[in-house]
Amino acid sequence: MLHTINKSSFERNSLQSCLNTIDDTSVILLIEDGVICAANNANSSMLAELATQGRVFALQGDIDARGISSKVADNIKLVDYAGFVDLVVEHGTTVSWV
Amino acid sequence: MKISIQINEGPYQHQASDTAYQFAKAAIAKGHEIFRVFFYHDGVDNASRFTVPPQDDRHIVNNWADLGIKNADGNEVELVVCVAAALRRGMLDASEAGKNGIDSNNIHPAFRISGLGQLIEAGIQSDRLVVFGD
Repeated sequence: MLHTINKSSFERNSLQSCLNTIDDTSVILLIEDGVICAANNANSSMLAELATQGRVFALQGDIDARGISSKVADNIKLVDYAGFVDLVVEHGTTVSWV
Repeated sequence: MKISIQINEGPYQHQASDTAYQFAKAAIAKGHEIFRVFFYHDGVDNASRFTVPPQDDRHIVNNWADLGIKNADGNEVELVVCVAAALRRGMLDASEAGKNGIDSNNIHPAFRISGLGQLIEAGIQSDRLVVFGD
């Protein structure tokens, strides 16, 4: 499964709700304000753990638009919209946490 | 692969419609088919033909409309507006305006009004359904 998160963890609980339910094969894509979760200081240990497994992605354009490209935590993979499409194709069901 | 999209938020206030549009364009560029885009809840406002943004801003309605008229394979992308959500928000095509005794209509001709069954069918017919909301 692909889980998309589109809100900062400072604003909503959606990232934590997702982390509480995610299984061992699912991946997370941070989009829109969700990319703020990719910034170092907003990183949860659970998200960091998933990132070390290569299972956390973030949308490059949304990172750039928010000026946080220098703050992105280690191991979070950046993708463009074409990469977003590939993730949707590869991971079956998409769950949009809003 | 057949992909359908659901959009739950209106243009300009939220990023959902912009993200969905960029996603749709990227999917078409990769050779996938966008089977249907379903505009639900406040998403119906993406279909207003009266939208006039400043000249240096993106025109979200026309962007969607252009996608509806021509895509890479020459196929149309179906742009479907939920009828119940649309009527509540004063979004009408000529037929709904006639039925409800209202003297004008504002749905862009690239979009069409239909029911929730079209969303369910998109979910059944497509390999993927991706929701964009807020």
